Amino acid sequence: MIAAFRIPGAGRLKQAETARFSFDGQSYAGVEGDTLASALLANGVHLVGRSFKYHRPRGFLSAGAEEPNALVEIKRDFARKTPNVRATVQELYDGLTAQSQNRWPSLAFDVGAVNDIASPLFSAGFYYKTFMWPKSAWKNLYEPKIRAAAGLGVAPDQPDPDHYSARFAHCDVLVLGGGAAGIAAALAAAETGVRVILADEQADFGGSLRFESGAKIDGQDGFAWAQGAVATLKAMDNVRVLSRTTAFGYYAQNFVGLVERVSDHLQNPGREQPRERLWQVRAKRVVLATGAIERHMVFADNDRPGIMLASAARTYLNHYGVAVGRNVGVYTANDSAYAAAIDLKKAGVGVAAIVDLRDNPTGPIIDEARALGIEINFGRAVIRAGGKLRVSSMTVQPKNGGGERTIPVDAIMMSAGWTPSVHLFSQSRGKVAFNDETKRFVPGTYAQDCVSVGACNGTDGLSATIDEAYAAGAKAAKDAGANTVKGTKPKVDASESWSRGMLGAAPGAGPDTTVKAFVDFQNDVTAKDIRQAVHEGMRSIEHVKRFTTNGMATDQGKTSNMHGLAIAAETLDKPIPQVGLTTFRAPYTPVTFGAIIGHARGPLFDPTRKTAIHPWAERQGAVFEDVGQWKRAWYFPKAGEDMHAAVDRECVTVRKTAGLFDASTLGKIEVVGPDAAKFMELLYTNPWEKLEPGRCRYGIMLREDGFIYDDGVVGRLAPDRFHVTTTTGGAPRVMNHMEDYLQTEFPHLNVWLTSITEQWAVIAVQGPKSREIIAPLVEGIDMSDGALPHMSVREGRICGVPTRLFRMSFTGERGFEVNVPADYGQAVWEALWAEGQKHGACAYGTEAMHVLRAEKGYIIVGQDTDGTVTPGDAGLDWAVGKKKTDFVGIRGMARPDLVAKGRKQLVGLKTKDPKVVLEEGAQIVGDPKQAIPMTMIGHVTSSYWSQNCGRSIALALVAGGRDRMGETLSVPMPNGTIEVEVTGMVFFDEKGERLNG
Amino acid sequence: MLLIRCPYCEEERPELEFRNAGEAHIARSADMAATSDDDFEKFFFIRSNPKGIIYERWRHMHGCARFFNAVRDTVSDRFLMTYKAGEPKPAKLPGAAK
Repeated sequence: MIAAFRIPGAGRLKQAETARFSFDGQSYAGVEGDTLASALLANGVHLVGRSFKYHRPRGFLSAGAEEPNALVEIKRDFARKTPNVRATVQELYDGLTAQSQNRWPSLAFDVGAVNDIASPLFSAGFYYKTFMWPKSAWKNLYEPKIRAAAGLGVAPDQPDPDHYSARFAHCDVLVLGGGAAGIAAALAAAETGVRVILADEQADFGGSLRFESGAKIDGQDGFAWAQGAVATLKAMDNVRVLSRTTAFGYYAQNFVGLVERVSDHLQNPGREQPRERLWQVRAKRVVLATGAIERHMVFADNDRPGIMLASAARTYLNHYGVAVGRNVGVYTANDSAYAAAIDLKKAGVGVAAIVDLRDNPTGPIIDEARALGIEINFGRAVIRAGGKLRVSSMTVQPKNGGGERTIPVDAIMMSAGWTPSVHLFSQSRGKVAFNDETKRFVPGTYAQDCVSVGACNGTDGLSATIDEAYAAGAKAAKDAGANTVKGTKPKVDASESWSRGMLGAAPGAGPDTTVKAFVDFQNDVTAKDIRQAVHEGMRSIEHVKRFTTNGMATDQGKTSNMHGLAIAAETLDKPIPQVGLTTFRAPYTPVTFGAIIGHARGPLFDPTRKTAIHPWAERQGAVFEDVGQWKRAWYFPKAGEDMHAAVDRECVTVRKTAGLFDASTLGKIEVVGPDAAKFMELLYTNPWEKLEPGRCRYGIMLREDGFIYDDGVVGRLAPDRFHVTTTTGGAPRVMNHMEDYLQTEFPHLNVWLTSITEQWAVIAVQGPKSREIIAPLVEGIDMSDGALPHMSVREGRICGVPTRLFRMSFTGERGFEVNVPADYGQAVWEALWAEGQKHGACAYGTEAMHVLRAEKGYIIVGQDTDGTVTPGDAGLDWAVGKKKTDFVGIRGMARPDLVAKGRKQLVGLKTKDPKVVLEEGAQIVGDPKQAIPMTMIGHVTSSYWSQNCGRSIALALVAGGRDRMGETLSVPMPNGTIEVEVTGMVFFDEKGERLNG
Repeated sequence: MLLIRCPYCEEERPELEFRNAGEAHIARSADMAATSDDDFEKFFFIRSNPKGIIYERWRHMHGCARFFNAVRDTVSDRFLMTYKAGEPKPAKLPGAAK
């Protein structure tokens, strides 16, 4: 059965192919190729939404991307709910389920519509002026209520199950817009052989040829020509044709963002298919063929369902075969609505009357309308529309006043003229220029290698458009490097042409009226609101826009900006160019977060780095923590252990027997070359020239300002080879820092830097039994204290694989760090683990590592230092080469403030109650009885329970800390003040005897 | 996204491959330790922030990894030229903005 408003034989769709769909629970039939809008209109449904602020009933204004009213929710399943979908863009598929938004309890009866009656409360800028008292009520009462009452759709509450893909592309000529102009430009460029991409937001190419029944090109109907031309382009190897693809952003150097809707129009999108695809295209030349958008007439109650743009009604008829009513009124200020009236009349739709604001327009199109017997009223205005859920009449009055006449209608087609779509041109930083004669902004000064053609350039008429576009396409190809042009320009046999029209409020909605004549439908902004903004002192259009929210909805003012500007200019009594145009910003139409994010979500959001030993730790039930991108074993709980118990056991075991620790994440850089030692002298505070090969040194790296940047143990493997370790998180920036100095400040030094972090797995074996655990597996290295003293390094083999064996300690115990090629990391670890088991060793994680090093007062850069700590502040003066004449930071360290007395220095803290563990970051004060705000003299940087010490321990930065030994300070906390004693930083084995224990 | 020409690779590559590294032509003193407080302040803290031509350092991080210098117009965000680290400030700029 054919739907009531589908006209047999009209339009281009195969009317037999039916698709079932539902809207607000009601089932309807549509046909293949419909949009949700055309399918609803075919069923006589105009009421599809409620407005944002006043909850006024709304229908379809347009047949395209500029739609401000017909926003619906499309629901595929539990998780796939897309709010704010423009019904005019959503293609129909069998089984589509749509719902209206922002209404309760139903679309036809919406309680929120009380806002329409109470609208004086909600006039422009109301939220800046009302609901101000009492102040606290804004946050708790007014704002939540207003937010609940106003609005668009509801965001889905489930994770998005769809996937989105992304592609980069390069081309010589990128043509944006696939109407007559875009196709002609693409043909001209493509025929030269250069790489061309042609993109259009619609499912079908053709642009306004969809509705321009008067267009004939190369002997064919315009739309048919477009399909043939696009088929030709698709068949060419050098051309990529993208339909359903919106260019949403134009960025620097001809970099254009496009989003392709891959599967939203399909009934059953394949699982392997992305929902959308982001194209990031770099083009040598861009041709903008983005067309123009028709404007509505601004008159009282111009938002009633059934009132729409003339071109939209024409599109529904000529493309979709749908009549928007049976008795249609026309209100216009230019010729284009006549073409719509003529097409509808010829299709058998009743046209009640044309109301034309112009006094005595003439031309063949007017003669044709008259010849068809359509009543035409010149010099008259529609001053009001009747009806509520659907327009029922239009009231007509001579534009300078006089008797009213009410004409019954069931739809009104309106046209105030056409606005060139200069959005992308403007985004490219081009400057628009106002043409006073045609009352439109057109591209003026270009900022990038692009060109505008056709309607978006203010070019009127198909013939002129194709001439201009074809020439521009050929020139763009030539500029991009083409040398042969061999195509034939399409020949325009018949065309439609109109320009002019009007801007601003129509008679009856002028300065002294209070009617609701909508300028911006989506944000419920009326002509009166814009005048009010000016009266309240807004002068710049940018201020008017923000005060009234005109043009700030999701449609970004595609239909409203020019009207709003004209009303503001009229009220200010200034010419339009002096009031200015608001800035066009990306995106042209809303873009999903999914398209922007692409694959970068969940596990693919950021790389996860795992060590060679990670799988072993996982099998042992280790709990992991994130350190930068690394996953590090935090602790290894045994059955029944919580974190505390596990860490306490690990700490005690290391000092009693031994522990194995995966230190592979430490940054490692090899510094090699004849000048390696000289380079090290310049990058670290320590002296290196005299460090013997085979020995290690704890190095401190500063920035030029004299503050600690990184630290780590450095082993000298050979006179020209250093194995440098860095903090886990610092590895990339230390490498960058070294490269920077090597390349730009010390390029005379003959040195190579190589990151070896991932090449070596590092197994720390620490504790009194460490040597016994390692020795049986090592070949070629004398492990005796004499041959391998603390802070030395040897190369040899372990378990048959090469090793760089460091004798070093970050626990204060006798300790080793076994470096092996990463591929052998797990095998060597397992061998060491087996040996360790014989001695009762444990595996320990980063938490125990932190406690053990704190027991010894070893600092962690980035935890105990914060970028404002000097070696002196950290008690590391001994590591600064006193005789050195240069290193990075040498001058910064000597700045007056850095050598002044009273600087914050690292000290130890012991709580008076040994059981109390301080909070890291807690502030420290001298006298806890002082008035608030107290003078804070420092803060806790590290704090742990130490099972080995049988008490809590802490490190802190305290002003003049080293002169306060033995002093009692206070740490005020919400539950009371904690008293602490200032101590040295070493809490365990103060003499350091255990290093050889 | 800008296109930047790496003077070592001799190719224009997308901005994603590069990292800005601050102002160019700020020489570190050969006798750093003897630098006066005022000179150190100028060297370490003071940076120009021009509306117009800026000389800055970039690193072709995800390419050849070399540091180089660039001349950019901060108004148009256009790169006027790039040149190798250590080369002097260009005396003449190609197509400089007015």
